[in-house]
Amino acid sequence: MQFSFTDDQNMIRDSAREFMSERCGSQQLRHDLESAENFDPSLWQTITQELGWAGLSLPESVGGSGLGMVELAIVLEEQGRCLYGGPLLASVGLASAILLECPQAEAREAVLARLASGEATAALAITGDRGLAGLDAIDMTLHEEQGGLRLDGVASFVLNGHVADVFVVAAKDQRAGRSGYAVVAVDTTVSGLRVEKKLAMDTTRPYARLTFESVRDVVLLAADVDGRTIERGVQVAQVALAAEQLGAMQAVLDLTTSYVSQRVQFGRVIGSFQAIKHRLADMMVICEAARSAVYYAACVVDEYRADPVTHAQELAEAAALVKVHCSAGFHDVAGNAIQLHGGIGFTWEYDAQLFFKRARATYNLLGAPVVHREHIARLMGLDDDKEVA
Amino acid sequence: MKIRFTPEQEAFRAGCASWLQQQMEGPFADIRGIMSQTFRADRRLEWERVLGQARWSVIGWPEKYGGRDASLAEQVIFAEEYARSGAPGRVGHLGTELAGPTILHFGNDLQRERFLLPIAKGEEFWCQGYSEPNAGSDLSNVRTRARLEHGPNGPEWVIDGQKIWTSLAQFADWCFVVCRTEEGTKGPAGISYLLVPMKQKGVTVKPIRQITGDAEFNEVFFDGARTKAEYCVGNPGEGWKVAMGTLAFERGVSTLAQQMTFRNELERIVEAAKSNGAASDPLIRQRMAEAWVGLRIMRYSALRMLSRATTGSLGGEALTYKLHWASWRKKLGELAMDVAGAPGELCVGEGYELADLPYLYLFSRADTIYGGTNQIQRNIVAERALGLPKEARGDR
Ligand SMILES: Cc1cc2nc3c(=O)[nH]c(=O)nc-3n(C[C@H](O)[C@H](O)[C@H](O)COP(=O)(O)OP(=O)(O)OC[C@H]3O[C@@H](n4cnc5c(N)ncnc54)[C@H](O)[C@@H]3O)c2cc1C
Repeated sequence: MQFSFTDDQNMIRDSAREFMSERCGSQQLRHDLESAENFDPSLWQTITQELGWAGLSLPESVGGSGLGMVELAIVLEEQGRCLYGGPLLASVGLASAILLECPQAEAREAVLARLASGEATAALAITGDRGLAGLDAIDMTLHEEQGGLRLDGVASFVLNGHVADVFVVAAKDQRAGRSGYAVVAVDTTVSGLRVEKKLAMDTTRPYARLTFESVRDVVLLAADVDGRTIERGVQVAQVALAAEQLGAMQAVLDLTTSYVSQRVQFGRVIGSFQAIKHRLADMMVICEAARSAVYYAACVVDEYRADPVTHAQELAEAAALVKVHCSAGFHDVAGNAIQLHGGIGFTWEYDAQLFFKRARATYNLLGAPVVHREHIARLMGLDDDKEVA
Repeated sequence: MKIRFTPEQEAFRAGCASWLQQQMEGPFADIRGIMSQTFRADRRLEWERVLGQARWSVIGWPEKYGGRDASLAEQVIFAEEYARSGAPGRVGHLGTELAGPTILHFGNDLQRERFLLPIAKGEEFWCQGYSEPNAGSDLSNVRTRARLEHGPNGPEWVIDGQKIWTSLAQFADWCFVVCRTEEGTKGPAGISYLLVPMKQKGVTVKPIRQITGDAEFNEVFFDGARTKAEYCVGNPGEGWKVAMGTLAFERGVSTLAQQMTFRNELERIVEAAKSNGAASDPLIRQRMAEAWVGLRIMRYSALRMLSRATTGSLGGEALTYKLHWASWRKKLGELAMDVAGAPGELCVGEGYELADLPYLYLFSRADTIYGGTNQIQRNIVAERALGLPKEARGDR
């Protein structure tokens, strides 16, 4: 038991922080938000080709570096600090998490290899227009037709879907004699697929809505009755998302601390008022708790991947926990940041609004806290023995 | 970054678990799971001695002072198993967690030889003489005075003044007293950290009844009380540094035992909710989950804090820790009471005796007060961690 970064992990953190703060500061972000992609493709090129972050946590067998979730979390945290909108979270944090739950087969390895090299990015399509969490939210169906596969339906809230090369899609498995859920991969260029970019309240990262009409060019990656592939993959994805939320909440806390240290009212810096100090202290409690939770959960993911049977329950718990704490916490911290800035916090010009909107968008993504608290209530055994009563 | 224990450490776990289980199912079954600090005190003191004799009291201490030189991981494991076994809160904690580590760290060899072994063996108990009627949050305002006198027994400190809110002073053999030894000084300067015997003519202990009906804390009056000149930890006049050091030990491994106690409390609330139907109330379920999340995170933060302590630096997780757990437990108390419902309003038994959940509800109101109130903790976080301006004083 040594719950602190190794030297190598510290090195990854330092270089990621340096790179992101140099290349992805607030001005660059504002510039990127005006572009079609919402991020700078040439920077993404550098990230994948020179830094190798796309393959960081992917297995060596597909050309990745074979590092773990802790390392990915470190990089995602640093990206979160800058509200970076590029595809690392969507492609590696979310889509690959589901891919890695699918049985190891040639088709899966081929997709992963494209992601690891940075040649392609993936996006995860698992929820319909209502944007709910869980298997019930799936609005896609997979049928068998003339010896092939046919995919129909709608997938919405597809993060970075507007730029993805391949979609990892969850569908209800309605092939003859089958039930349950299937995971398939679909290239963005196939016929019958329409991709619409959706502007969102959170301008830092758009969603896409996908419509599938008799799409035939489908690669089946997994089929299981109870949807476990998707559920476990999403749990891992929650940890990745939480790491990004952690970076963003720390950044908005830092932004606010520095603002209140400079702004003068009543002849003194406002950071000397206890009402402000205390609120910032509470924000820091939230951030530090988030840091503990994220890295613990990341360790759990690594253990789960080494031994899924033993650690499945622990993964479910850790994933719900980070999603609850980081989503609610980030929202709180970002909301307080606006308050402590006064009028300027309410402007389009100033970055506080960007953090607040990112907080809100990630609050719902992969399930709102209220949903995950209910999961936890069940995991805690609140319903055990109910049948007996 | 690694969160697992090795097979050897797991074997160690099995060893402590089985010893603890034997004790809690056998000779000490009568004090298993007691929540109050003072209830069945005689038996609790006996338990301290048994722990000490078996060298389970302070396993992280050096062997020659009654410990086992246990590694951090082993201390974590023992703390977890201690609470899992349902063993009661440690009546000796002011010695084992505060006085002992302070003497170990800031004391000299003479003091270490004199005091550590009796603490480890559960033979001498301690209390903490910090707060005074006019020195609470503003501890450096202490007025209790001590002067050096050369009497028939050699040089001795003679102490006059009053302490208040002194927990467990009624059982204590010794008190670590923060007092002023230099006339005319103010604030942190001129304060000394003295180790004072309680069982003497010049010391009077008067219990103060608390919100729970118990009297765990006391007033302590020093009226010409005496202690040897050599029982001053650190140099005379430089005790402030030592006093602050003691508070840092509260963030030690004992926090893990405390957490396991919290876990036991949450489990009791869950059981109560399941048996009275509150477990199916959606709002209660949300709050239960929130409590569970906060508790888990507390554990992760403690592991972070302890892992970092081996490298000697104090991180943000350490500075925010008290605020996190104290606020958490107060909410837990409220949840406990809401789960208990109206029946929780009634006393059980003859006198003012409360069931466990209502007791927890009342007791948890203290968590955000002792050991530095939440407001003081927020000042500390804002000033030390975030670098915001210090509070102005009214008098200096
Ligand atoms: C159960 C229990 C056990 C205890 N055991 C011991 C013990 O064994 N030994 C011991 O020495 N002491 C003990 N204490 C005392 C405890 O440490 C003090 O109560 C605590 O430090 C607060 O001091 P006070 O009571 O004088 O309150 P005050 O300091 O008067 O505080 C009153 C209120 O003012 C607020 N306040 C004070 N200063 C500031 C500021 N600068 N900014 C904002 N708000 C402020 C406080 O947060 C609090 O809300 C115990 C207390 C309790 C409740």
